[in-house]
Amino acid sequence: MRFVDEFRDPALAKTLLREIEALAAEVSAVRGRPIAIMEICGGHTHAIFRFGIEGMLPPSIELIHGPGCPVCVLPMGRVDDCIALAEMPGVTLATFGDALRVPGARGSLMEAKARGLDVRTVYSPMDALAIARAEPERTVVFFGLGFETTMPSTALTVLQAEREDIRNFSLFCNHITIIPTIQALLDEPDLRIDGFLGPGHVSMVIGTEPYRFVAERYARPLVVSGFEPLDVLQSLWMVLKQMRDGRAEVENQYARVARDAGSRVAQDAVARVFELREFFEWRGLGTIPHSGVRLREAYAAWDAERRFLLPNLRVADPEACQCGDVLTGRIRPRDCRVFGKACTPATPLGALMVSSEGACAAYHRYGALAREPA
Amino acid sequence: MKALVEDVFVGAFGEVAREDAATTRLAELAAHGETLAFTTDSFVVTPLVFPGGDIGKLAVCGTVNDLATAGAVPLQLSCSVILEEGLEIALLRDIVRSMAETARQAGVRIVTGDTKVVPHGACDRLFVNTAGIGVVRRGVAPSSAACRPGDVVLVSGPLGDHGAAILAARGDLALETTVESDCAPLHRLVGRLLDAVPGTCFLRDATRGGLATVLNEAAAASKVGIELSETAVPVRDAVRGLCEILGLDPLYLANEGRMVAVVPGDAAEAALAALRADPLGREAALIGRCVADRPGRVVMDTAFGGRRIVDMLTGEQLPRIC
Repeated sequence: MRFVDEFRDPALAKTLLREIEALAAEVSAVRGRPIAIMEICGGHTHAIFRFGIEGMLPPSIELIHGPGCPVCVLPMGRVDDCIALAEMPGVTLATFGDALRVPGARGSLMEAKARGLDVRTVYSPMDALAIARAEPERTVVFFGLGFETTMPSTALTVLQAEREDIRNFSLFCNHITIIPTIQALLDEPDLRIDGFLGPGHVSMVIGTEPYRFVAERYARPLVVSGFEPLDVLQSLWMVLKQMRDGRAEVENQYARVARDAGSRVAQDAVARVFELREFFEWRGLGTIPHSGVRLREAYAAWDAERRFLLPNLRVADPEACQCGDVLTGRIRPRDCRVFGKACTPATPLGALMVSSEGACAAYHRYGALAREPA
Repeated sequence: MKALVEDVFVGAFGEVAREDAATTRLAELAAHGETLAFTTDSFVVTPLVFPGGDIGKLAVCGTVNDLATAGAVPLQLSCSVILEEGLEIALLRDIVRSMAETARQAGVRIVTGDTKVVPHGACDRLFVNTAGIGVVRRGVAPSSAACRPGDVVLVSGPLGDHGAAILAARGDLALETTVESDCAPLHRLVGRLLDAVPGTCFLRDATRGGLATVLNEAAAASKVGIELSETAVPVRDAVRGLCEILGLDPLYLANEGRMVAVVPGDAAEAALAALRADPLGREAALIGRCVADRPGRVVMDTAFGGRRIVDMLTGEQLPRIC
């Protein structure tokens, strides 16, 4: 399959792995402890497990699976608000498929759907707008979530709704932005991350400039990476090379897709429609300043939070959950006290067990064979 | 109603029992073997007609294949349909004709049936249930608990065609593809395999949940580990492409005409040759082996050179957002 298989070539992988091993040996000899590299994006976590990359790496490299899975970091209270919306008479709630299983305090959207509420899976916000157009008697609310990757398509959908003056459509906005969260991670007192793989698709929109502080202020290398397994290996190699050379820079391995300047069109659409919220809550990480967006006042007519009275209650994460410790790299998924016991993909307790991109779900599903007790 | 049954069903199926029960002489069954196999399955698929088949063909193949996995020669089927008020008679006629044609080609008889019509909204257009009886071939006893270390795992053809065809045919993804469902009766293919390798340990058609689910069940029941090689698992490019776009895994896609077989290691060549000799098994492949390590686990060596666990699927596969 063209444009895919080229990036999965096992012979090239072997060559890269030999170089990675040599570099890692050099770097870890000086440091005397393993090298911790965080892949920020859930898409990378997924690829790492799906292709078995973790087990191919030398033991001196430890991958920390970061907070870049929008489904995983969605707080329970927001899911409850979604269910409250779906319970309003005449409301159709349109959502991406993988948000269906996220548990709130009152269960998941999947369970709400099973109770008979009108919850529909869409593949794009435009599909939700199409429902509103085709069924004018329904009040369609789109459950918008994701980082800058999905933000532009939501923005364009709102602009389209405005253009066509479709009033039975609105957005329940849960879009979040990754930069403040990277900053929050770097400000953790016991930070043990030596370098980052930067999110490729987010960078396609925002470019590479916003990461500059990671290198300049925190002296950590960051390499924006693609999602094929060779992309991931090459990006790890680039991070290690920086470490060996004593450099901390922002580099772009994914230049075939992500331009350093990002996408102007996407940025403009986002800026026109959204503004930063003062705070947004992340499951497992708590409240992070300026980490979420909402619709601007001019688009209030399409803003579900302004149009409907929502419970808007903060729900504490289950006490037993250690998602925050996993997200910050303090513990590995398997070390969490409820992993695989109270918390499984069928009955997720913590956020990281929910989406296939969540580190715990990936561990559960694909296993970390090297570390599995025989 | 009586007219509908007469017209649509009896016309297509021919000798359907006019009494409340079909009868068969035991001696006729006993000619095939000593053990009776009996199964039932209900079919609810959207859309009712899809590239490569329809719900009628599916209902015959599904039950024939369930009998085949027991090592049985399928002989007779029942057919129960539940119709939603308002279903087009022409469509019903097409589906019933397809059922009759599939049964005729498979050499099984539809001997009894039932029809119910429910009010609009009480069912989704058309549900079909088929039950089937067959007689198990002498000297074979495939079982999910019978796999042993050293056995090898085979599939009769590329995986995921049916699941991919249904996803594309639903139309809500606006994806165009040339993939057709693999829906087919597999008892003749199984017959060839059992003639060549009567000691076949395990047989299962990889329907809902796909290959991954079937192998996890076998690994758990037999208390063996199963090791797959991704490069050996046949998947068409069109199916891989669809999975790449949607973030799905072909190992979990449904098949309706693919048999998974586990045979002793020394019978691998004979089994593969037997499968490939059948028109439905030309693309059969040896994809893995049973091992003593990690009992109950299915592990796959990825094409990229890594290794991962192939777990049971939790609920439906859901497309990923980014």
